[in-house]
Amino acid sequence: MVPPTGFTAWLTLFSAGAMAFLAVFAMALSLATDRLADRWGEELARSSTLRISAPQGQIQAQTEAALRVLETTPGIASARALSDDEQRTLLEPWFGPDLPVERLPIPRLIEIIEDGDGFDAEGLRLRLAAEAPGAVLDDHTRWRRPLVKAASRLRLLGWLALVLIGGAMAAMITLAANAALAANAQVITVLRLVGAQDAYIAQAFVRRFTLRGLLGATVGTVAGCLATLTLPSTDIAGGFLTGLGFVGWHWLWPLLIPVMAAAVAFLSTRAAARRTLRSMS
Amino acid sequence: MAVIELENVAYSYGGGELLSDISLRLQPGSFHFLTGPSGAGKTTLLKLCYGALIPTAGHARLFDTDVRTLERDDVALMRRRIGVVHQDCQFLDHLSVADNIALPLAVSGRDTLNEVANLRELMGWVGLKSRADALPPELSGGERQRAALARAVIMSPDVILADEPTGNVDWDMSQRLMRLLIELNRMGKTIMIATHDLALIRAAKSHVQARVLRISNRRIQLAGADL
Repeated sequence: MVPPTGFTAWLTLFSAGAMAFLAVFAMALSLATDRLADRWGEELARSSTLRISAPQGQIQAQTEAALRVLETTPGIASARALSDDEQRTLLEPWFGPDLPVERLPIPRLIEIIEDGDGFDAEGLRLRLAAEAPGAVLDDHTRWRRPLVKAASRLRLLGWLALVLIGGAMAAMITLAANAALAANAQVITVLRLVGAQDAYIAQAFVRRFTLRGLLGATVGTVAGCLATLTLPSTDIAGGFLTGLGFVGWHWLWPLLIPVMAAAVAFLSTRAAARRTLRSMS
Repeated sequence: MAVIELENVAYSYGGGELLSDISLRLQPGSFHFLTGPSGAGKTTLLKLCYGALIPTAGHARLFDTDVRTLERDDVALMRRRIGVVHQDCQFLDHLSVADNIALPLAVSGRDTLNEVANLRELMGWVGLKSRADALPPELSGGERQRAALARAVIMSPDVILADEPTGNVDWDMSQRLMRLLIELNRMGKTIMIATHDLALIRAAKSHVQARVLRISNRRIQLAGADL
């Protein structure tokens, strides 16, 4: 019923495509930071280390004393001393596979697994100072807390960006729909003359803009996904920026973008059409 | 029951009263001419008769329902029972003539595919069968008016209101259009035609029993023997 209008058609297609393209990156950013936060969070929960540095004859006794302290410390799920083989494996990158760990004055390492909110590090240090003076608590993962927090914030920003992109797209499609409705005032008059109800007239515009939104967003999403494929893959150091992209089933997430874009186009055009038709009565 | 009834209707526009104290009843199957000089308010009166305008005073009733009580969508439903022919026809120029004529079917949700035979018959009746695929701008004035008439009657409305339907056509074509309208009246349709063409009215009165109403000085009156 409604004649095609080039200007609004292209405006809608372009804005939907551009916004979908940006949405892919915002989504990739959110998912990448999500993975980062999870990884750091898991490491945080997994690893604190106690190092027993004592004269050769006292290492075993202090290790046993430290384990007893750890067993009675709230917030610790488990603690165990690493075997010689495990320590050798840890040192292997620096000293090679044949390091005679048992004959060297290497500190004994105790792996601590936290539970819940973790343990009171300062309290534990004081107790260890009394029971195992050679024990040094190395809660090296705690520096990651602010990073995990930062990653969580970044993830939040990514989702916020998606919401803003959706809002901007709604605004642009609303403007395009308003322009189309104004340009087709005569069509609306004729349709009303022959007995068309508002819902019918609105539907004609809504259908068109929804399809344009869907088409534009599909193209933009495909382009965005292809662009993320061209990013360098995760390097050995696990660099953050090089990890931007989708992994595994996360590739399904971008499929939502055209659907969401169509929903945004549908809702914004319907609202614009109803408002305009009301004002034209 | 009158199909359309105006009771002491007035209509003001831009601070001035265009119509005043208009009372009119269109009985089913009646034929009316509405005449008067240009600017007298014929088009306004027709618009009051199909709910496009709301009276500023008095009551307008369409099929016994006061238009003031109608929502916009209710007025749209009423329009399906009132066919309107405009002087400028008001087509959608990007649709074919056939699609324009079938427009009331489409907007009412009826499957136009099931109505193809009716549509073809109707286009034959108005002499436009060969112009079905043409676009409205490609039609002559007479063809446009006939297409507008076909669109107005495709829903088989109870009432047909025509605003200067012969304004842009020659005498022969205006006679042909009048014959179509008279034929519709014989089928039981209520007809009201706004025109300033007194010769057309005189010619038609020899074929149909019609009331002639004249708008003069914002009021409506029955035209006298001068017609």
